[in-house]
Amino acid sequence: MTNDDIREVVLDILADIAPDEDLSQLQDDVAFRDQLELDSMDFLDIVMELRKRYRVQIPEEDYPQLASMASTTSYLEPLMRDLEKVES
Amino acid sequence: MYDTIIIGAGMSGLAAGIRLAHYDQRVCLLERHYTIGGLNSFYRLRGRDYDVGLHALTNFTPKGARTGPLARLLRQLRFRWEDFELAEQVGSAIAFPDVRVRFGNGIGLLTSEIERAFPNQRENFQRLINKIVDYDDLNDDLFAMSTRQVLAETLTEPLLAEMLLCPLMWYGNAREDDMDFGQFCIMFRSIFVEGLARPLAGVRLILKNLIRRFRQLGGELRLRAGVERIHVEDGRAVGVVLDNGTELRARNILSSAGWVETMRLCDDGQPVDVDQAGKMSFVESVSVLDTLPSRLGHHETIVFFNDHPTFDWHRPAEHLCDMRTGVICSPNNYLYGDSDTSRHLPEGVIRITAIASYDRWTQLPEEEYTLEKLRWYDRLCASAVRFMPDYRRHVVDVDFFTPRTIQRFTWHDNGAVYGCPQKHWDGQTHLRNLFVCGTDQGMVGIIGAITSGISVANRYLLTG
Ligand SMILES: Cc1cc2nc3c(=O)[nH]c(=O)nc-3n(C[C@H](O)[C@H](O)[C@H](O)COP(=O)(O)OP(=O)(O)OC[C@H]3O[C@@H](n4cnc5c(N)ncnc54)[C@H](O)[C@@H]3O)c2cc1C
Repeated sequence: MTNDDIREVVLDILADIAPDEDLSQLQDDVAFRDQLELDSMDFLDIVMELRKRYRVQIPEEDYPQLASMASTTSYLEPLMRDLEKVES
Repeated sequence: MYDTIIIGAGMSGLAAGIRLAHYDQRVCLLERHYTIGGLNSFYRLRGRDYDVGLHALTNFTPKGARTGPLARLLRQLRFRWEDFELAEQVGSAIAFPDVRVRFGNGIGLLTSEIERAFPNQRENFQRLINKIVDYDDLNDDLFAMSTRQVLAETLTEPLLAEMLLCPLMWYGNAREDDMDFGQFCIMFRSIFVEGLARPLAGVRLILKNLIRRFRQLGGELRLRAGVERIHVEDGRAVGVVLDNGTELRARNILSSAGWVETMRLCDDGQPVDVDQAGKMSFVESVSVLDTLPSRLGHHETIVFFNDHPTFDWHRPAEHLCDMRTGVICSPNNYLYGDSDTSRHLPEGVIRITAIASYDRWTQLPEEEYTLEKLRWYDRLCASAVRFMPDYRRHVVDVDFFTPRTIQRFTWHDNGAVYGCPQKHWDGQTHLRNLFVCGTDQGMVGIIGAITSGISVANRYLLTG
């Protein structure tokens, strides 16, 4: 998967978690928390969805890496680069 | 072998089941009744649809709201806001002798009504709101603080304190007489700051959404499948034995049957302290009318009434019921969208709730039980019409349920509606793979119970 694919994957997950949000305006360098009102339960969901869809395990100490889209994609890149994107 | 067995297909069990099934667990929901819903179920009688509870869904926030319990649970269960077809209340009231304070969704109307009725309490009420805003959910000592004491320190008009307590105790206080300040803050936000709404189709729609989602995700529901005991081996719950003798095994068990009730199910001789069970139970009369409440001049959604200046919240000392306070709910008085004729209930309905004694109702011999139901139906209506237009000539059908009915269909000790006063917030038990959710874990009401199921599932059953 390319970085763009990974970004798509995360967007799909966000769209699933928060179907009422307009994600087209999402800024990659700004924390999700400041744009989307995600709480800790939602962050857990991003982790859980990645595990469910791609079997990617993210240890708890790494959760802060998932703060924004930019930091999330760069964190996931080494973990997901060899995976195929699944169409959802 | 299941990953998780959930005892009880009420709001909390269904919500937990959806979370677990969504993350690919093998989940089995076991329900003793022949239908789902528990304390908030539905039934059909003489050709009419009835809800067991559902006066109002609390915590209403409009589409697009991102914070608050409703928004959070929609996200967690992957529902769209539209899925619950929520119609907002027309407006509600707290009615005491000589003073009536109205409130709607959002704090605005309540604030101006308090300014009108209690002009000298304007600043004090603001101070109370600040305390509620500052209240921190995570601090246990603050949670258990006496609400009556906080109100006495903040408001200098005792009547206002009683009037604020009335709806909030009615919609979610398991404790007699006083209320934990934490619970008061939760209820204040969910009723006065957020608000009340209802789907036109009532609780059926909510339950239909939940169960459909659970099934789509591969969850298994077994009705008429009461759990007779939880089998314990070497400090672990290894499975359950059903009323019909069937044995099922699971890695984890989550129970929404209640705290005392769950302890009683464990076959390791766990001490059961029945005094811990909740005590507050209710009767409710449902009157079907040949007209709409609004045609009789009754436009309010919910009226919380109390016929004397102090609000007494405990089991009736002398009678089967306490008629001095009650809740009048008219499910017709929601903004369903009037122009379209299909968007309203087929008939007018008035529901009245009063505090009742479980012990007294269950001690009655059968023929007296039936008689007393009729007697108290009349008394309940007579009590309510002191605070609303008289609808009694328009009644075409009635139903009446008691604490005995509640106990019979939900198996909660004492027919307790809001569970035990001492909540088990962490959801853990003496066994490391047995957890509790629902009213006895923490929050009450539909939204509270759903939130409870989600949070216990997240915290213990989805991690690791
Ligand atoms: C009359 C009334 C009116 C109400 N009105 C409102 C309202 O307007 N708004 C609101 O938000 N809330 C209202 N509530 C409260 C709300 O219904 C409850 O807080 C909520 O439904 C509790 O859900 P729960 O999952 O915690 O418990 P329950 O609904 O009690 O779920 C527990 C389930 O477990 C099952 N069970 C128990 N023991 C066993 C066993 N051994 N084996 C298998 N299954 C078992 C029971 O049958 C039940 O289905 C009302 C309640 C009542 C009774």
